[in-house]
Amino acid sequence: MKAPRTAGPRLGRRDPAVPPWMFVVPALVVYAAVVLYPSVAGVVYAFTDWSGIGSFSFVGLANFHTLLHDDRALASITNTLLLTVAVVVAQNGLGLLLALGVNAEIRSRNLLRVVFFAPAVVSPVMVAFLWKYVYNPDNGSGLNGVLGAVGLGGLRQDWLGNPSLTLWSVAAMVVWQYAGYSMVVFLAGLQGVPPELHEAARIDGAGTWQRFRYVTWPLLAPALTVNLMLSTIGGLKLFDQVYAATNGGPGTSSETLSTVLYKEAFVYGKFGYSTAVALVLALFVAAVSLLQLRYLRAREVAA
Amino acid sequence: MSTATAGGVSAGAERPATARRKRPTGYGRYVLELVMVAAAVAFLFPVYALVALALKSPSQIAGSPLSPPTSPTLGNFGRAWSSASLGSALVNSTVITAASLALLVVVGSTGAYYLARCVRGMGYTLYVLFLLGIILPFQLGMIPLYKLVDDLGWLGTYQGMILFYTGIQTPFTVFLYTGFIRALPQDYAQAALIDGCDHRQAFTRIVFPLLRPITGTVIILNAVFIWNDFFTPLLYLGGSGKETVPVAVFSFVGQYVSDYGMVFAGLVLAALPILVVFLLLQRYVIKGFAGGLKG
Repeated sequence: MKAPRTAGPRLGRRDPAVPPWMFVVPALVVYAAVVLYPSVAGVVYAFTDWSGIGSFSFVGLANFHTLLHDDRALASITNTLLLTVAVVVAQNGLGLLLALGVNAEIRSRNLLRVVFFAPAVVSPVMVAFLWKYVYNPDNGSGLNGVLGAVGLGGLRQDWLGNPSLTLWSVAAMVVWQYAGYSMVVFLAGLQGVPPELHEAARIDGAGTWQRFRYVTWPLLAPALTVNLMLSTIGGLKLFDQVYAATNGGPGTSSETLSTVLYKEAFVYGKFGYSTAVALVLALFVAAVSLLQLRYLRAREVAA
Repeated sequence: MSTATAGGVSAGAERPATARRKRPTGYGRYVLELVMVAAAVAFLFPVYALVALALKSPSQIAGSPLSPPTSPTLGNFGRAWSSASLGSALVNSTVITAASLALLVVVGSTGAYYLARCVRGMGYTLYVLFLLGIILPFQLGMIPLYKLVDDLGWLGTYQGMILFYTGIQTPFTVFLYTGFIRALPQDYAQAALIDGCDHRQAFTRIVFPLLRPITGTVIILNAVFIWNDFFTPLLYLGGSGKETVPVAVFSFVGQYVSDYGMVFAGLVLAALPILVVFLLLQRYVIKGFAGGLKG
């Protein structure tokens, strides 16, 4: 591979035979430096007892053995999977309903599209701080205040403080932020549905539900693939929202793989163990994405 | 028709004739409108709380936190601006985001110029390698990369962050550009090459100008990610004086946690720049997704 620095000047007028592959060199260099090399090194560190400073030795599968007996890490795996399933289902279900709504001929549709998408462009950390207020246990403010005001005071909860609720409260906050993102992807898919098909189905006597089920839904397959992939990967890697809203607590009730590996590395200085947790996360993400992609692509072709 | 409405994440391709035929008759449309507006109102409750509290004095918040601000005050904004050192954070975020975006546009578009023509062989393998970067969690390489940046002496510097964002977002950017170029007619670049252009000229004169719509998408989606990212700047810039907006807000909130008025004013100020950019560029968002779905 040639050094990237020569790529610019060499692609000059006086060198008409510049091979097209030279164009990919800058992208490849920066990608290799920031993603490929560190990831490969990460896999190596996962089998060491490195503490971040000084030398280290290879310890075989010891880190993974530790993980299997580490209650906090095990809880984080369960939490990560539950959180991901909840977010994927709710975010895409809601996103689809919103997309169908704002794709219809209603007056407010352009404004509504902006309103529903806007939270997705705000930093997850800031959204987490906002929702910390919404979940405030104080009965007079936030969600509890609203429940009290509309006569549903019996539903008031300590949304983030109750260990059996924390994970779902975090999921709701993530869904609130990204449902609009799913909506926009579905909307892009909906706008690729030719109106003639709906017209033909209508003439053939198909009702609203039948037109959705047999015309719209199959044609939304590519949008569904993109949405499910993005929300699943996002859910598995979730960090910012949890770190800012609960820091994994109370106890280990909202700890995720990402918060655990962060703490192991930068709080406890166990870099080797932390990368082992990261490797587990990477394997989860790879396995789930490959399975999803195979299933969904097959479905797209069939449709 | 609807293009006159303020903003709107619309694809632009309005079809007045068919749209008029598609419009449901009777009350169905009004019921749907009502349901959607009600959903939006419920959806906006956290935003209402945010703005209402930012406009109230501490005593008003203590009295009735959820009522509308009867005598709005801007005092919180001034206090938040200085306590969170938002001015310098905005500069830091702007420098890092702008430089990363410029590099991403260059490496992404040039990389895709080559990768888009590869449908098999080594080039295609390379394309798949880039796609792998979209699913690979950055956490796997987090510690080795931290070590690398530290060894370079780039912790607490702009260039460390710019290198990081360019690298981490290259796969996604290459993916967007490649999909778009594949959908373009090949004839233009071919004609330029036959007319004696080399690849550099064909790219800069013919192909890159055709990429304008997807460049818009690349910029808005990457800008949102880079501007809002929290984890890496916390790690790389913490305590350096070069903190980006989310990191500055994070430490500010930790410090003034009970002063909701000022904290929320800070959140409003911090979120405004990216919201404004989004409103200006939002038509590229849906177009970009539509292109990605085809590619």
